[in-house]
Amino acid sequence: MAQIMYWEALRRAHDEEMDRDPLVICMGEDIGVAGGTYKATKGLYDKYGAERVIDTPISENGYTGLGIGASFLGVRPIIEIMSVNFAWLAMDQLFNSAAKVRYMSGGQLTAPLVVRSAGGTAHQLGAQHSARMEKVFMGIAGLRVVTPSNPRQAYGLLKSAVRCDDPVYINEHELMYNMKGEVPDEEYFQPLEGSEIAREGSDVTLFGYNISVHWCLQAAQTLAKEHAINAEVVDLFALSPLDRSGIAASVRKTHRAVIVEEAEPAVGVGAEVMAIINEECFFELDAAPLRVSAANVPMPYNHGLEKAAIPNAGDVVAAVRKMLGK
Amino acid sequence: MNVADKKRLLREMLYARRFEERCYEAYVERKIGGFLHLYPGQEACCHGVLEAARPGQDYVITGYRDHVHAIKCGADPKEVMAELYAKETGSSKGRGGSMHIFDTGHHFMGGYALVGGPFPLAAGMAKAIKMKGGDEIAICFLGDAANNQGTFHESLNMAKLWELPVLYVCENNLYGIGTRIDRSTAVIEQYKRVSGYNIPSAQEDGQDIEKVFKAAKKAVDYVRSGNGPYFLELMTYRYRGHSMSDSNAYRSKKEERMWSERDPIIMLRDRLIKAGEISKDDYKAMDTEILDNIENEVIAFAESSPEPRVDELEKYVLAENDPWVYGGGR
Ligand SMILES: Cc1ncc(C[n+]2csc(CCOP(=O)(O)OP(=O)(O)O)c2C)c(N)n1
Ligand SMILES: [Mg+2]
Repeated sequence: MAQIMYWEALRRAHDEEMDRDPLVICMGEDIGVAGGTYKATKGLYDKYGAERVIDTPISENGYTGLGIGASFLGVRPIIEIMSVNFAWLAMDQLFNSAAKVRYMSGGQLTAPLVVRSAGGTAHQLGAQHSARMEKVFMGIAGLRVVTPSNPRQAYGLLKSAVRCDDPVYINEHELMYNMKGEVPDEEYFQPLEGSEIAREGSDVTLFGYNISVHWCLQAAQTLAKEHAINAEVVDLFALSPLDRSGIAASVRKTHRAVIVEEAEPAVGVGAEVMAIINEECFFELDAAPLRVSAANVPMPYNHGLEKAAIPNAGDVVAAVRKMLGK
Repeated sequence: MNVADKKRLLREMLYARRFEERCYEAYVERKIGGFLHLYPGQEACCHGVLEAARPGQDYVITGYRDHVHAIKCGADPKEVMAELYAKETGSSKGRGGSMHIFDTGHHFMGGYALVGGPFPLAAGMAKAIKMKGGDEIAICFLGDAANNQGTFHESLNMAKLWELPVLYVCENNLYGIGTRIDRSTAVIEQYKRVSGYNIPSAQEDGQDIEKVFKAAKKAVDYVRSGNGPYFLELMTYRYRGHSMSDSNAYRSKKEERMWSERDPIIMLRDRLIKAGEISKDDYKAMDTEILDNIENEVIAFAESSPEPRVDELEKYVLAENDPWVYGGGR
């Protein structure tokens, strides 16, 4: 098994799927000749040509709609939206056309496209380049939402998403493209539903997704070493639909839950996971669940303010200690 | 266009008119719910353009005023009416409604309710056609006010940039709901707006089906021959309010009278009568036959069809049993 970077994993998935099926195309700003802002399509323009590796104008709603229309006729577009902040402009086509067309046509038409976008907060990019929008996407029926926390998932989720007949939104992260990790040498397909136990534990479950899985793992180490608390970490790589049974199974084991999200708390992943715990296994709880979330502010530019706005492993440790009274 | 074609088109347009008028009645009777946008007055646009294309093969997409386009593509009027009645036998199984008629078997790719939504979808279908190497084209019918959406400009730019086989037809009925075009739009003549994208265009009288057919033939041939996109503006008028919930109080009687004197069906009928191709009685008989068909076949089918089952509420949200959801393993 090779250690490769997150962007290399994405690039490999693009390449294999384009090689397999001539109807797989990719589209986005600067993805072709320039090779992609995050290199996820590096070299593919030379290999597959301008008809299949398409540098688009800066028209997010327009080219997303174009990809959806092409998908109606069997083309499998992988659309890269440079930053999730720009994906707001494509919400109309993504929600009104892609997510609803199967239903409103009574199952006649489907939009099997993939939209990938870099979300999350990076380094001092300011309010308009630091949005975390997964909560918006996961509220829309008819759209699948997944979010890879490591290179293996990035590879395997994209592979499955391209082949799945539903529209899939893949939430990536600005800071994670250079992360290294093991990816199987043979083809690998990550399911688009479910969750993974990233660390086994017995005292409390830390629910994370995408970058916050890493904060949880870091926190779990500190909790074990310094506080004799054995935390389980559950990686929610599928945000819509969420893994209700996986969430409940872990809570039945640990009886405590902390949900860690990089986004503002309102109407978010934490709120949704808490609701699921309430609905599935409320009487298993030994403590009220907590969430660790971002401050409810547009992201500040100042480094100190920015750091204060985003949660980290220390915040997770503090939340768990408060819950356990240790 | 030979005489037989003209006679058939007369019947098709009259059928469309009677179908829509019957929808009006059904709405008043509360058999049809939601928003209902009717087409009377504009029949020559849809029929003239699609007559010049290959309905059933070319991919057609439009907005919410979509019943007639679907039928001209080959959709069964019974299924369209059943959809309006929200029945399981409807073209979208009662899940779509008036604004969301689909018949993908006849390449009618849907009615969409967001103004301007279909512009990029049509360009995307054209991209797919081009990739697959077919000689079909994509045809997008939308109104005049839709051209003020960003998707119009984004789609024209991409369609031209990539030379996509898409024909944009603008049915300019001079109003976006109650706002007259000169109060919403800086450039009144819509065909001029595409010159900034180097897309050839034309404006034609949308009430005279023979003129529409001729202009559309040129447009369709241009697009089908691989020359890239084309924009055709058709000057027309809708007789009724924008939808059933529209008071229609913003237009003068004089204006309405002026347009009704140029009714697309009456103009073609009178031409055929004058040429001795049909008689007044022939036309009356045709009308009676159509009304009977709509009542005894179409409405009867919609009335007697079952409602969707409530336990199937969540069907059609996502693909069923897609193996890739489970990593390809199941
Ligand atoms: C994005 C969006 N904005 C507003 C509306 C409400 N609306 C529905 S139809 C319409 C007018 C459209 O006029 P036009 O494009 O000329 O088409 P026509 O109805 O005249 O055929 C408006 C404003 C909508 N459906 N979608
Ligand atoms: Mg109009």
